[in-house]
Amino acid sequence: MLAWTIYISFFGAAAMLLLPKGNAAVARVLALLTAVVGFAIALTAFLHHRTGEMLTITRVPWIPTLGIEYHLAADGISLTLTLLTGIVAITGILFSWNIQERTKEFFAFYLLLIGAVYGVFLSYDLFLLFVFYEIVIIPKYFLIAIWGSTRREYGAMKLALYSFIGSAMVLVGLIAAYVAAGSHSMSLGELAGYSFSPHFQMLAFPLVFVGFAILAGLWPFHTWAPTGHVAAPTAASMLLAGVVMKLGAYGCLRVAMTLFPLGLAPWGHHILGLGSWRDVFALLAVIGIIYGALVALVQKDFKFVIGYSSVSHMGFILLGLMTLNQIGLSGAVVQMFSHGILAGLLFAVVGRMVYARTHTRELAVLGPMNLNKVIPFAAVTFVLAGMASMGLPGFSGFVAELMIVIGAWHAFPALAICVGFGILIGVVYVWRAMQKAFFAEGRGEPIPPDHPLPPITLSERLGAIILIATSVLIGIYPQLLLNIIVPALNSPMFEGLRKGSWQ
Amino acid sequence: MNAINYSQLLQLVWPEIIVVAVALILMATDLLVLRKAALRLRFAVAILLGSLGCTIAIARITLAPVQANLLDGTIIASPLTNLVQIALLVLTVFTLFLSANSTFTEHVGEFVLLILVATAGMMFLVASQDLLVIFISLELLSLSLYILAAFSKRSVQSWEAALKYFLFGGMSAAFLLFGFSLLYGLANSTSLVHIAAAFHGPSLNPLLVIAIVTSTIGLGFKVAAAPFHFWAPDVYQGAPAPSAAFIASGSKVASFFVFFQLAAIGLAGAEGTATLPNVVRGWVLVVALVATVSMLLGNLVAIRQSGLRRLIAYSAVAHAGYMLLAIVTHTEQSLAALLYYVITYALGTIGTFAVIDVVEQQRGSDQFSSFDGLSRQAPVLSFGLAIFILSLAGIPPLAGFFAKFYLFVSVLQGSKSLVWLVVLAIAMSAVSLYYYLRVLKRVYVTPPSADLPALRSPLLSQVLVLVLAATTILFGCAPHLLLQWIQAAIQASGL
Repeated sequence: MLAWTIYISFFGAAAMLLLPKGNAAVARVLALLTAVVGFAIALTAFLHHRTGEMLTITRVPWIPTLGIEYHLAADGISLTLTLLTGIVAITGILFSWNIQERTKEFFAFYLLLIGAVYGVFLSYDLFLLFVFYEIVIIPKYFLIAIWGSTRREYGAMKLALYSFIGSAMVLVGLIAAYVAAGSHSMSLGELAGYSFSPHFQMLAFPLVFVGFAILAGLWPFHTWAPTGHVAAPTAASMLLAGVVMKLGAYGCLRVAMTLFPLGLAPWGHHILGLGSWRDVFALLAVIGIIYGALVALVQKDFKFVIGYSSVSHMGFILLGLMTLNQIGLSGAVVQMFSHGILAGLLFAVVGRMVYARTHTRELAVLGPMNLNKVIPFAAVTFVLAGMASMGLPGFSGFVAELMIVIGAWHAFPALAICVGFGILIGVVYVWRAMQKAFFAEGRGEPIPPDHPLPPITLSERLGAIILIATSVLIGIYPQLLLNIIVPALNSPMFEGLRKGSWQ
Repeated sequence: MNAINYSQLLQLVWPEIIVVAVALILMATDLLVLRKAALRLRFAVAILLGSLGCTIAIARITLAPVQANLLDGTIIASPLTNLVQIALLVLTVFTLFLSANSTFTEHVGEFVLLILVATAGMMFLVASQDLLVIFISLELLSLSLYILAAFSKRSVQSWEAALKYFLFGGMSAAFLLFGFSLLYGLANSTSLVHIAAAFHGPSLNPLLVIAIVTSTIGLGFKVAAAPFHFWAPDVYQGAPAPSAAFIASGSKVASFFVFFQLAAIGLAGAEGTATLPNVVRGWVLVVALVATVSMLLGNLVAIRQSGLRRLIAYSAVAHAGYMLLAIVTHTEQSLAALLYYVITYALGTIGTFAVIDVVEQQRGSDQFSSFDGLSRQAPVLSFGLAIFILSLAGIPPLAGFFAKFYLFVSVLQGSKSLVWLVVLAIAMSAVSLYYYLRVLKRVYVTPPSADLPALRSPLLSQVLVLVLAATTILFGCAPHLLLQWIQAAIQASGL
C-alpha cells in the first residue's frame, strides 16, 4: 500500500502533462488531491505500523542476472520521513496556489520530485534507492531555473552539479561495495551483512558519507544550499530544505553508516587531534552549526537568513548521527522531521507571505513597511516558527536538539559546549530577523496607499496552521515519533553500527 | 585449409544479399519509375522499400538462425553476430525514417542505396574474424560513409566535412592496414584465432607493439576516440542529419564490436595490464590511455560548444572513452555491457539528430539559440530531446544510466585494480551534466525569442522521436529486456 505514495505522485505528474491547456485551477486542485492521497497513505501506514521494524512492501526481481530487485520496505525511520514528505508536499502546494505561469508544468515537476523522494525513503535495494535519488535532481533544477527568483539559473545549476557530484561519489562507493561483496545483490540487508575489509570500509565510508552529506549541507560543501534556497520558488525551497536535504542525511545514516560501520572506527593515530572519520565529521558538523548561525546573523536578505539557518540546523542532524548513541541517533531522526516542518514554514513566510507581496526581501526595506500591522498573520507565524526554530520548549525543535546535545555530551563533551554556543547564536539571528522584518516600528514612511498588500489567503493560513500544529504536536508528545524510531534503530540492520560504537 | 563450400557461404550471407539486392531494386525503381515524381514521394518509396529489405533480413536472421564458422573465421554466424546484425538493421531502419523529410538532395535512390550498402558492410564487419575480410568490409562501410557525409551538395560545410573525413579516414585506414600486415607477418595467418595463438610469453616483439599501436589508431578513428577524433566535430556539424545520425549510431556499434573482437580474440596473448602502479606493456595499456584521453578531452571540450551537433560530437568522444573501458576489461560481462551501452547510445543519438533535423530545417541552425523556448512550440520533440540528453548524461531511469552502471560494474568485476578508470569515468560524467543541462535550459527555461519563426513538428518526426524516447525509457526501466538477450547470445557463442 505504501508503495502507492510513489505511484500516485508519478501518475499525478503524468496527468498534469495530459491536462488541456489553460486549466490552472484544475491543475492546482489535482496536485493538491494527489498530495493529500499520498499523505493519507503515509499516515495510515504510520498509524498502523507501530513496531518500527523493517516491513517489506513490494519485492520482485528486477534485473535478475545482476541480483537487483525492485524492493520497497519501510521501518520507523522511513515512515517518519514519508510522513514528513506527505505534510511538506501538501503545504508546498498550498503555498504555491499563486503560481500563474506554466502552472501545469510546475506541478508536474513538483509531483515528480515528491514521488522520487518517497521512493528514496522506501527503497531497500540500493540500486533502486540510487535511481530515485538521482531522479530528484532534474525536477529540482527545472523548478528553480523556470520559476525561481534571484540568480535562478546560477542557483539551479550549482544545486544540480553539487547534487550530481555527490551522487557520483555515492555511485563509486555503491559499485565498489557491490563488486567487493561478490555482485550477488544490491539489497541493503545483504550488503550490510557482508563484512567488508576494514581497509575498504575506511576508504568507502568517507566517500559515500560525503557524497550524501553534500546534499545534507555538510560544511564546507554547503554552499549550494543558501543560493539554491534563495533562488527557488517558495514551494521548491520548502521541498529543498524540508525533504531534499533530508535525503542526504537519510542516505548518510541508511547507506554510508550501515554499510561501512568500521569506517567510523579509530584510525589508530591522530592528525590534528582527530582520531577517526567520526571525529572529522562531528567537527565539520559543529563548524556547520556555528558557521551557519554566524552567517545568518549578518545577512541583509531575509531569505538568506533562513537559508543559512538551514545549514546550521542540518549540522545538528549530522552531529547527531556521529554521536553513535541511541539518544543522539534518534534525536537526529527527530530533527530531520522537525527541521523539515520548520524550514518549510520559515520559507513559506519569507517566500510566499512576505516576498510575493512586497517583492523585496531586503531586511532594511521590509522594516519600514510595518508588516506586523499590515500582515499580522505572517508576523505571528514567523514568531511561532522562529521560537520553534530557536528550540523553545513545546516545539519539536526543542526535543530534537536536546536529544542531540545530550548524545553529543556523551560522545564529544568539548563539541557539545560549542553546540550550546551555536544554539545561542540561533536565538540571536532569529530575533534579529524578526525584529528587522516585522517589528522595526517608527522609522521610515508607511506603505504608499496605491499598493495595498493583498491579504493572507486561506490556503496560506491552512498551510501555516498544519505546519505549526505538527511542530507543536511533536514538541508536546515526541513519543509519537520515538516509539517507532527507537525500535528501528535497535533492529539488526544497525547492529554493525552499535557494535562499532566504541563507548 | 579446406575448400570453400559455396552453398554454405550462400546460407551464411543471405541477410547481406537481401539488403544489397533491395538496395539495387530501390535505386532502379527510383531512377526508372519515380524520376519525375515529387521528392517526398520518392523518399517515401525508397524508405519503405529499404525498411522492407531490412525487415526481411531481420526475419531471415531470426527465423533461420545459422551457426557456422567458415574457413577459420572468415565468415562467422553465431547468436552473437546475429544479435549485432539485427541491432544494426534496426538502427538502419530508424535512420531511414529519419531521412523522410529531407530536402538536401534529389538523388534519393543513391542516398538510400549507400545507407543500405554501408549496412551490408557493417554486417560483414561483425560477422568476420579474419583480418582481410574485416579490412575490406571496413572500407566498404567507410567509403559509403564518406559519400553520405558529402551528400548535401549545396552545402559547403558538407563538402568540407566529407573531405576531412575522407582524408583522415584514408590515413587511418593506412595505419590499420599497416598494423594488419605486421600481424600477418608475425603470425602467418589472417585469422584472429591463429594470430592469438602465435603470441604468447611475457615479452612483446617490438613489431607487435607497432602493430598494436597502429591498429588502435585505425580503429580509434572509427569509434571517434581522442586523439583520433578530429573528423568527428566537422562531420557531425556538416553532414546532412540522416548521414550524421548513421555515422554516429550504426557505424559506432559495428566498429566497437570489431574493435572488441580484434583486441580480445586476436591479441589475446599480448594484453598486458593497465593496473597502477605495476603496468605491464600490452594493448590494454594503449586502449586504457586512449580511453582516458577521450573521457577527459571529450567532456572538457564539450563544455565550450555552442552548437548542439558539435556538442553531440564531443560527447560522442567522451562516450567512446567510457565504452573503451569495456575493451580494456575484455571479459564476457564487459562485452555484454559494451553492447548494451552502444546500442542504447545509438538509439538515443538517432533521436537527438531527428530533433536537430526538424529545428535546423526550419530555423536554419543548430546553435543553442535556435532551441530557445522549444518546449512551448514543440512539446513532443522537446520531451524526446530531454529524454535523449538526460540518457546521455546517465540520469536514471533512462537507458544511459543502466548502461553506465553495468559497464562500470563489469569493469570492476573484471579487474578491481581498474578502479582508477572507473572513478575517472564517473567523475567525468558528473562534469558532463553541466553541458547537457545547458541544452535543456534553452529548451525548457529560456522564453522563445520573438524573431524565431514558429516551429511546426512533422508528424513522422514526432512519431519517430516518441518511439525512440519510449525505447530509451523502456530499456532504462526494464534493462533486462535487452540484457538477457545479449547475455544469452554471448553465452551461446563464447568470446
